[in-house]
Amino acid sequence: MRGHELADFEIDNLRVGVDGREILKGITLAINRGEVHAVMGPNGSGKSTLSNALMGHPGYQILGGRATFLGQDLLLLTPDQRARLGLYLAFQYPTTVPGVTMANFLRSALNAKRGYDGKDKSKAISPTEFRALLKEPMETLRIDSTFLSRYINDGFSGGEKKRAEILQMAILQPQLAILDETDSGLDIDSIKYVAEAINEMRRPGLGVLIITHYTRILEFVKPDRVHVLVGGVVVRSGGAEVADALEQTGYSEWVDEPTVASAGEY
Amino acid sequence: MAVSPTINVGDDYKEKYGFFDPEKFVFKAKRGLSEEIVREISWMKGEPDWMTKMRLRSLGIFRKKPMPTWGADLSVIDFENIFYFLKSTEKQAQNWDDVPSDIKRTFDRLGVPQAERKFLAGVAAQYESEVVYHSLHDELAKKGVIFLDTDTALREHPEFFTEYFGTIIPPADNKFSALNTAVWSGGSFIYVPKGVKVDIPLQAYFRINAENMGQFERTLIICDEGSFVHYIEGCTAPIYTTDSLHSAVVEIVVKRGARCRYTTIQNWSTNVFNLVTKRAVCYADATMEWVDGNLGSQITMKYPSVYLMEPGARGDVLSVAFAGAGQHQDAGGKMVHVAPNTTSTITSKSISKGGGRTSYRGLVKVHPGAHHVKSFVKCDALLLDEHSISDTYPYIECDESQVSIGHEATVSKVSDEQLFYLESRGIPAAEAETMIVNGFIEPFTKELPLEYAVELNRLIQLEMEGSVG
Repeated sequence: MRGHELADFEIDNLRVGVDGREILKGITLAINRGEVHAVMGPNGSGKSTLSNALMGHPGYQILGGRATFLGQDLLLLTPDQRARLGLYLAFQYPTTVPGVTMANFLRSALNAKRGYDGKDKSKAISPTEFRALLKEPMETLRIDSTFLSRYINDGFSGGEKKRAEILQMAILQPQLAILDETDSGLDIDSIKYVAEAINEMRRPGLGVLIITHYTRILEFVKPDRVHVLVGGVVVRSGGAEVADALEQTGYSEWVDEPTVASAGEY
Repeated sequence: MAVSPTINVGDDYKEKYGFFDPEKFVFKAKRGLSEEIVREISWMKGEPDWMTKMRLRSLGIFRKKPMPTWGADLSVIDFENIFYFLKSTEKQAQNWDDVPSDIKRTFDRLGVPQAERKFLAGVAAQYESEVVYHSLHDELAKKGVIFLDTDTALREHPEFFTEYFGTIIPPADNKFSALNTAVWSGGSFIYVPKGVKVDIPLQAYFRINAENMGQFERTLIICDEGSFVHYIEGCTAPIYTTDSLHSAVVEIVVKRGARCRYTTIQNWSTNVFNLVTKRAVCYADATMEWVDGNLGSQITMKYPSVYLMEPGARGDVLSVAFAGAGQHQDAGGKMVHVAPNTTSTITSKSISKGGGRTSYRGLVKVHPGAHHVKSFVKCDALLLDEHSISDTYPYIECDESQVSIGHEATVSKVSDEQLFYLESRGIPAAEAETMIVNGFIEPFTKELPLEYAVELNRLIQLEMEGSVG
């Protein structure tokens, strides 16, 4: 065991496999609430494996190591328990759920967080509270009101999906949010709206882990720490200057890939 | 907003749907089927001679016809072990206060009186075999709309019966239509005069409350030219241990330019055999819509059909079936295009879980000369586990070349990605799965009046409980 005091979110030598293949080969990170960390890496470095494994996706096998969140062993919890504890994942590719409206979805998520199990009505969120909670973040994110009656991510553009992920984060008010390539596929305006919303949410009680290929979003959301993930291991950690250096040289130090800043959208 | 009542759906299935009151009968026929019983039923009801004869003739047809073997397994039905008629109160009540208290208690728990006060245009609640409570708003009566239980309608308006009864679904149509015609009791009769649009749904609650009791209601709806009516039938049944038979016949006539919508949500207890014949004939520019939700029962066989008799006629079937352990929902629809320029759609959504089986069985038939027919059939099946079964029997019989007939079928499972997504927002797995299933049937639910949509979602939730983990 390590000698220092446990951080709010502590990942210790975490190893994760997919379909029997080891992708993450021992990741160690410590994030406290109030901090913004960025994990940067080229394609195939294990970025999405990290975010999915931390949220508890059943398709990812934990091969070793530990992850604790607010003193609890995260790896023993189901995804919904992790969420209710205060963990949030903004998905890279949010899935579509036909027939379930965003309003129904958001209300169910809020009610789950409040411990409403269909019995004690006093725990359920009221329509007034619900509207009030949504108003500001919807304005910041430029999401129009018809959004609530649409089905979950059904027919959403790429940008709408990403903004919807940030909206959910805003109303669920997690203690630690993992943003999995939230910036990819976004035009510059959408990145600004998203960054604006994230900055509005920054507070001492929220830790943020931004997972990204590019440096662009970090121009708007300044990270405290930057970690470079290559081949399933963290090859460098440092302050914001690590991202600046990456902007110049890209991941070429570790892999054969063009510079980060100039890389186009896909 | 004031017109949307909340049906008080309780937290526990047995509490809500499995309760039963001690049986209290004025008359209870013997078990089994005989000419004597059929005569007795007709005599008790004071029916005209022609109806008695029709019943007896139908009994003969029923006996001659073999049990259908092309669908679900019906071999376990013991026709000799069923009560064919019960009458629970002497006469029908016009006023809620006059309804006997044990019956009232049943309805109170189902939320009928509240619904009636706030919403219903009329209530014909079928308790056991006889309608015990019936009311109709004065304004509807003033417009000439008739909404009665079928027994009363036969006494008060025999002219409709001599003209239409048994003409849309003749006794010889199938074994169960013959049985129904022989022993029918209760059901609803609706007549909507020319040009009258009934803007609030007419509703009836059906209930089986006697062990081993067959329920053979008979419904006849006549929409005169240019009229509109939406009839809603909701069924819940208490849970019993021995087999029960429900075999209804629904006949509908939709005349020129009229539109009829018939909505059913059935939630029979899982020992009920639900074998129903529903058919509408649709004339020029008329529309018939069947909205049919089948939960519960041991076996359901039901294929609402529309005969499109004249140009411009349109038929729609929208159905949902949910089959859990030990259940077989064999449902679908039938569209018969007799005339040119007629259109139809059949949309079927089915959910199987715990080894349950859903079958889509449908027929689109185009008669010679019925050119420029358009028909589209879409069936989507959702399987909740590896043991459950879904199968599809789409039949097309087409004797005309200039037609457009489409068919689309999908079978899917609740995806891990969808479950994970909802769970990642703190929603527990079971609730997440229920949300996805309710989303799957949403195209159906959104066609229902709000309180029925709420109740259906709640029923799905009850059916889903324990299906995860």
